[in-house]
Amino acid sequence: MLRLCGGRLAAQLGSLHGSLQKPACGSVRGVLSCIDPSLGLNDVQKEFQKVAFDFASREMAPQMAEWDQKELFPVETMRKAAQLGFGGIYVRSDVGGSELSRLDASVIFEALATGCTSTTAYISIHNMCVWMIDSFGNEEQRHKFCPPLCSMEKFASYCLTEPGSGSDAVSLMTSAKQQGDNYILNGSKAFISGGGESDIYIVMCRTGGPGPKGISCLVVEKGTPGLSFGKKEKKVGWNSQPTRAVILEDCAVPVANRIGNEGQGFLIAMKGLNGGRINVASCSLGAAHASVVLARDHLILRKQFGEPLANNQYLQFKLADMATRLVASRLMIRNAAVALQEEREDAVALCSMAKLFATDECFTICNQSLQMHGGYGYLKDYAVQQFVRDSRVHQILEGSNEVMRMLISRNLLQE
Amino acid sequence: MAELRALVGVKRVIDYAVKIRVKPDKTGVVTDGVKHSMNPFCEIAVEEAVRLKEKKLVKEVIAVSCGPKQCQETLRTALAMGADRGIHVEVPESEAERLGPLQVSRVLTALAQKEKAGLVLLGKQAIDDDCNQTGQMTAAMLDWPQGTFASKLTLEGDKVTVEREIDGGLETIRLKLPAVVTADLRLNEPRYATLPNIMRRTTRQPGRWEATNPSLHRPPSVVLQPLPVQVYHCTYS
Repeated sequence: MLRLCGGRLAAQLGSLHGSLQKPACGSVRGVLSCIDPSLGLNDVQKEFQKVAFDFASREMAPQMAEWDQKELFPVETMRKAAQLGFGGIYVRSDVGGSELSRLDASVIFEALATGCTSTTAYISIHNMCVWMIDSFGNEEQRHKFCPPLCSMEKFASYCLTEPGSGSDAVSLMTSAKQQGDNYILNGSKAFISGGGESDIYIVMCRTGGPGPKGISCLVVEKGTPGLSFGKKEKKVGWNSQPTRAVILEDCAVPVANRIGNEGQGFLIAMKGLNGGRINVASCSLGAAHASVVLARDHLILRKQFGEPLANNQYLQFKLADMATRLVASRLMIRNAAVALQEEREDAVALCSMAKLFATDECFTICNQSLQMHGGYGYLKDYAVQQFVRDSRVHQILEGSNEVMRMLISRNLLQE
Repeated sequence: MAELRALVGVKRVIDYAVKIRVKPDKTGVVTDGVKHSMNPFCEIAVEEAVRLKEKKLVKEVIAVSCGPKQCQETLRTALAMGADRGIHVEVPESEAERLGPLQVSRVLTALAQKEKAGLVLLGKQAIDDDCNQTGQMTAAMLDWPQGTFASKLTLEGDKVTVEREIDGGLETIRLKLPAVVTADLRLNEPRYATLPNIMRRTTRQPGRWEATNPSLHRPPSVVLQPLPVQVYHCTYS
């Protein structure tokens, strides 16, 4: 663990030197009773929430700006996180996972996201991929792929979206034709997080006819002939993870790499996305929590018209609104996580609602926090703008918030 | 020494990142509802003990905490970092404020003798009171040598070499075990508890235990239960 000598106590002293350059997490662990994320958790959950917060404030927060500006994929830091068990949080322990619950995972991602939202979002995607193999793969696949993924010796990417099919995921066209012991894949995937860096690609492709029943799930390993990548996309946020198109040209993948049965791919994808939605919403939560704390600190510090901004009733009320919506988002997410782990019938709708509500509200919270910072909020020296940029995309991916509304209204209007 | 037992004292203090507020009656600082955690120097002491165990120089690491029942959280953290057992010397909340280095060193003395510890590892001071006394007093009561402000610790046979950070620079001393060592900042970088360790150690709930020991002047007598955290009640005059 490479930390500067006396890192923690040095951070303690450093946090006394004014708010510029102060990592967002410095005061995240303090006393802010009504938005304290440990409220309602049991002792064990509080324990690993603490580890996640410590890790976020020491290993991630000091570097989040550099990772964003230099577009670095923080492999070493993520591997350190994996050593603590964050590589396969809800994966079974016989293949190296931590075998925790969805609620535990949400708590952990929320805490990590206060350190760097973009990196945590990638870690959550990685977790989702390992889980898919763990849940739907056969014993051989589980024991082959999961252990190096849980330790993050290898990284994983999830490939569903295509240039022609985003929200309409079912219409995907990447084809997989069986030839002997292999499937020959042809097609391309777009916006793949980790694309080009990851070692394992979970690719949803069409082995059968049109519609959901024709889709299967294949594991494609980096280095397979026929697998190539597009250019690294330049994004507004999520810059600590590379995003590339994944191109498959007569790419031969062993049939043994198929996860689940033929035609089961879409089901696997949808089940994966339920958890993925909670995870991404949890990342938004972390960003919003950090932003509220930053806003609060700024209001106390900054003086205008002869008084701290915190004396201004409009700003007090605004902060109260932000805190209320933060807690509301948190409750929705945790409730949905519990429903998912209990396999309740309302789990899908709840996950969609939680993702919709939390990503929208949390982005607004981050944005309002930026506003409260005034001109300083717009500078890259201050963390709040990165939380705004990183959390913006959460309203778009893992099923856009419009698609969430589709799922929810479908649930309401079904006979 | 593969038979060596290390007793590590851990104190539950207000978290370093908290902005402290003075109580309105000016008798102290607000502690209710405030985030607490393990004293950073105690974390360093636990880490050193666990590292010694991993090097097979220490057989068992026993963590000790004195105070109200919330101290069990601190003990759980120590267990999650790698300590084998935790001992909670329970002091009622009302008396906890009177608990200072003198009382704690008496407890540690009694426990070190009872547990037959060969090494007592403590943080150099607590970040709430900055007393920097417990280690020294414990050594005096036990009549053991002490190596305080340790920035390096080497166990060889029945001797421990301690490099100390002192005003004039660095001083290296060699102590014959049993000894008391207090950890300074640069002794090591404490590890994070891993999720599997937290799950393994913290799911074993302490439960109600028997403990008896009315006086600190006598070693506590206890009915042992095979659980990782033991509780002793203690009252003192």
